[in-house]
Amino acid sequence: MKHSISELEDIASQVRRDCLRMVHAVQSGHPGASLGCADFFTALYFEVLNHNPKFSMEGVGEDLFFLSNGHISPVWYSVLARSGYFEVSELATFRKLDSRLQGHPTTHEGLPGVRIASGSLGQGLSVAIGAALAKKIDGDKGLVYALMGDGELQEGQNWEALMFAPFHKVDNLIASVDYNGQQIDGPTEKVLSLENLQAKFEAFGWHVITSDGNDMSEITKALHYAKSLTGKGKPILNLMSTQMGYGVDFMVGTHKWHGSAPSDAQLEVALGQLKETAGDY
Amino acid sequence: MSHILYLTKMKKYTYTEKKDTRSGFGAGLHEAGKRNENVVALCADLVGSLKMDAFIKDFPERFVQVGIAEANMMGIAAGLTINGKIPFTGTFANFSTGRVYDQIRQSIAYSNKNVKICASHAGLTLGEDGATHQILEDIGLMKMLPGMVVINPCDYNQTKAATLAIMEYEGPVYLRFGRPVIPVFTPEDQKFEIGKAWMVNEGTDVTIIATGHMVWRAIEAGEKLAELGIDAEIINIHTIKPLDEEAILKSVKKTGCVVTCEEHNKFGGLGESVARLLTTEYLAPQEFVAVNDSFGESATPDQLMTKYKLDPSDIVAAAQKVMKRKV
Repeated sequence: MKHSISELEDIASQVRRDCLRMVHAVQSGHPGASLGCADFFTALYFEVLNHNPKFSMEGVGEDLFFLSNGHISPVWYSVLARSGYFEVSELATFRKLDSRLQGHPTTHEGLPGVRIASGSLGQGLSVAIGAALAKKIDGDKGLVYALMGDGELQEGQNWEALMFAPFHKVDNLIASVDYNGQQIDGPTEKVLSLENLQAKFEAFGWHVITSDGNDMSEITKALHYAKSLTGKGKPILNLMSTQMGYGVDFMVGTHKWHGSAPSDAQLEVALGQLKETAGDY
Repeated sequence: MSHILYLTKMKKYTYTEKKDTRSGFGAGLHEAGKRNENVVALCADLVGSLKMDAFIKDFPERFVQVGIAEANMMGIAAGLTINGKIPFTGTFANFSTGRVYDQIRQSIAYSNKNVKICASHAGLTLGEDGATHQILEDIGLMKMLPGMVVINPCDYNQTKAATLAIMEYEGPVYLRFGRPVIPVFTPEDQKFEIGKAWMVNEGTDVTIIATGHMVWRAIEAGEKLAELGIDAEIINIHTIKPLDEEAILKSVKKTGCVVTCEEHNKFGGLGESVARLLTTEYLAPQEFVAVNDSFGESATPDQLMTKYKLDPSDIVAAAQKVMKRKV
């Protein structure tokens, strides 16, 4: 372990503060799943990923990460800044004119750490598969990680990709699903039920593991375990239960904070529940 | 025959064989694979139609069969570029563009990925399969994407050369070609320069700008016009974007009028690109030889080209009409 669990939890608390302050400052953005995935991103970037913050697009020999559900850009930007890809102060430019921190992540403005644009849903897994195939062709031992939302799985392209990866034995790929059961119009079970996701992924030929994405100890262990499963002929799917809005009592567990910004008063209450551990930007 | 006399005004083009442009792509891809080990090819269950067999035979480890899943293919291609691969995707033009427009827009164009989208069976000339497969909107769709290069070569040799040229070019490209066998009339050893027009025939009375399968038809039209005493300048625009504005303006300033020819909807195609240029830089009358905002249908390629008014005689009529509108 590079960090203790409590150190990682402290980083995640700061990341959550960043997310809320970024979204609050421009009164737009997506705090719900950003909060829900703060522990995953912290574990990934500070503990699991073999990566170099002196960013190169190619990432030869490194692990690569692709975010498919690009609307949770606040949490990714915060973790990228906090792990050294760019100055933390740049978080203050989020969604503003001429910023590299666009509403949804993009390579277009040259933000270090981002290798593909995402936002229009359902495309990230295919891209991750392509990057994983390229690593295989080159004999590059780096792994490829991807994160998708669960609601996003309603997009058909995911199922093309889910069918492809096991058939082509893309076993250097670890895809996680943010399984929070919420989407813009309500619970996934009411909008368009995902039914038994684990059985579906297994039927497609993935090695599926499940995890609690809001327990730092468990998500760290799960990602290390997933890593140990690579190179065995199957892609790995981490079905990660999270709660949207996790860490702030009035935001947790509801789709209502998918794309809404907190007011001044709400921000103050929320920040009161999240320890400042590394200094606000 | 008396017209022999007039033919002296028109540069003579001949051919010894007819081939399909898609085979030019297949040969170009094979050669690209030999020249650069970063070249990879992807196909969505149309290997034979895209003439990819030679590449697959020699470079099986650099070929990805994606199955009937074009959206996934575009995403995988984008991902393959990240450590320097040069992916060439292959499927029909309809499934290369309209079906996967948002994938191309976000994962390739906006992300500026070095993907070569190679599209066969474009236009009416795939024939009997009918309108579901005869896309006539693809040039428009692709040229609207910022940064996308759009190329529509005119014969086997030009398609092969274009395939090699786009390998050397860094950035997203749409390469459009087709199914029918047509005359091979451009040189085998040509150097293909992206964005550079090819002067097919110098003339003074009317500029005929043609792309893709329409270039040979424009040559045939030029010969007929020469018989009528009309000296047509014929320009091949193989690269619709970026457009060779200099070559077009130079020609139209000389002739004072233009006919554009394309196997595409008149909305969104080469003709509109030329019209935009002329309205902003040098006003001149223009006629469009293109499909008039219609879907295609089942028939033989020749029957369709006649019905949808893409024959040499249609180019001749358009040239005569536009010349009357000269100021």
